[in-house]
Amino acid sequence: MKWLKNNRYTRATLNITALLLGIGLWSVGHASGLALPAPIEVVTRFGLLLESGIILVDIGASLQRVLIGFAIGTMIAIPVGFLMGWYWIARGLIEPYVQFFRTVPPLAIIPLAIVLLGIGEEPKILVISLAAFFACVIATFQGVVNVDKTLINAATVLGAKDGSIFFRVVVPSSAPFILVGMRLGLGSSWATLVAAELIAAQQGLGFRMQQAQLYYQLDTIFVGLLLIGFLGLAMDRILLLAELRLTSWQERRVS
Amino acid sequence: MQRLPKIQVKNLKKTFPLKDQNFVALDGVSLDIQDEEFVTVVGPSGCGKTTLLNVIAGLEKASGGEVLVDSQKVSGPSPERGVIFQQYALFPWLTVRENVEFGLKLAKKSKKETRETASHFIELVGLTQFADALPKMLSGGMKQRCALARAYAVNPKLLLMDEPFGALDALTRVNLQGQLLQTWQSEKRTVMFITHDVDEAVFLANRVVVMAAKPGRIKEIIEVDLPYPRHVDLRLTPRFGELRNRVWSAVYSQELDLASYGEQVSGQPTQKKKKGN
Repeated sequence: MKWLKNNRYTRATLNITALLLGIGLWSVGHASGLALPAPIEVVTRFGLLLESGIILVDIGASLQRVLIGFAIGTMIAIPVGFLMGWYWIARGLIEPYVQFFRTVPPLAIIPLAIVLLGIGEEPKILVISLAAFFACVIATFQGVVNVDKTLINAATVLGAKDGSIFFRVVVPSSAPFILVGMRLGLGSSWATLVAAELIAAQQGLGFRMQQAQLYYQLDTIFVGLLLIGFLGLAMDRILLLAELRLTSWQERRVS
Repeated sequence: MQRLPKIQVKNLKKTFPLKDQNFVALDGVSLDIQDEEFVTVVGPSGCGKTTLLNVIAGLEKASGGEVLVDSQKVSGPSPERGVIFQQYALFPWLTVRENVEFGLKLAKKSKKETRETASHFIELVGLTQFADALPKMLSGGMKQRCALARAYAVNPKLLLMDEPFGALDALTRVNLQGQLLQTWQSEKRTVMFITHDVDEAVFLANRVVVMAAKPGRIKEIIEVDLPYPRHVDLRLTPRFGELRNRVWSAVYSQELDLASYGEQVSGQPTQKKKKGN
């Protein structure tokens, strides 16, 4: 298709066209008798929920859980990842646990967490921070292991000792890995959140959908789903911007 | 000469453990380098020239023998011995200026001195316009000039250069050789320069050290009695030609010997061995 030029405007147009087509298909599905709410019903429901303030409370509760869990998880993951990458003894001691528990989905911890910590905020935050921790710790560790040996040699011959090699070479050069790890961590935190809220919560987007399921309110379920998608996307974009800004020194294939 | 040599390499031996035996990278290498001398080391891949440089730099430990710099035994890396790597090794997250200032900040120089020294060497290598650029904006030749400024900035007594122009195209190479000699003449240092390019070895050096492989050893040392400053056209003079031919035969006679030896033993031409780091 020669008349279509690959630039940001055509790409945006294609994106919007695809969205409109999707909504069109959805409407057709609704009209042809599938048990789906019409797009307009979902929007109306969203308006109602917004007006009553319920959905804002839910969003607030969910965001709070995810941000606290994510912050705890990454704040532990980054130093642990550095320790593992820098000191082989630390790696030997920590790696078995990381590799083992990494393969256990955080959701599988939920029953245990509820038994041990009850049904308050703690078990949810624990599970979310575990999800963030495992995604971020591996990335940080890889970042440290991948530091170019020549750069360390170059710093050494310029007079750098262990401390300055760590802070002036290892930290900046693993920053791109850490930021990717944080994005992955945020993604899995978000995924874990909704599941955690499905089980035991008084508010939150997951809880709201669970309630809607009981009362067969399909439109509310759709509102929840779309909100989860939009909020996750927004948080990922924010981290992506931070990543581009902090690692603009990298040589990239596409700028 | 009454003075002690700047660098004394005494009966140096370096082995690397391989599966069932030790690989001998350097065997009985002895070499004296005088103060402010420019020595190039040339030899085939796998002759241990990079290993020799790394041991002098203190980045690798000797298995036997020793290296003395100013009569002091080398036991580890030091800012007194600057190293220029083939892969530039600039810190990609720092600008040209920040790269050059890296060693000065570690040495806890005053802000003013740091800035002035950095500016001086950035200007010396002709990068003033690019002082605030990140390495990704620079060409290979510019990156290597920045690395040279960074090494000079900490005022090392000794510059160790490991095939610094190896990754550059022929034209840039010749340019940088001229610039390197200019820099060296205005800021005299003792230089050991590793290369596999015979022409480059002769053009730069007071003395050319030819090494041989299996095991890595010094085969021959050839004095280059051409006066500095040296101009690009020096390459066209008969004397340069003679010296180049001498170095060339010293380097390649062994390669050819090895190649025919390989054919006799296995019936196949020996493949060039990849350089062991």
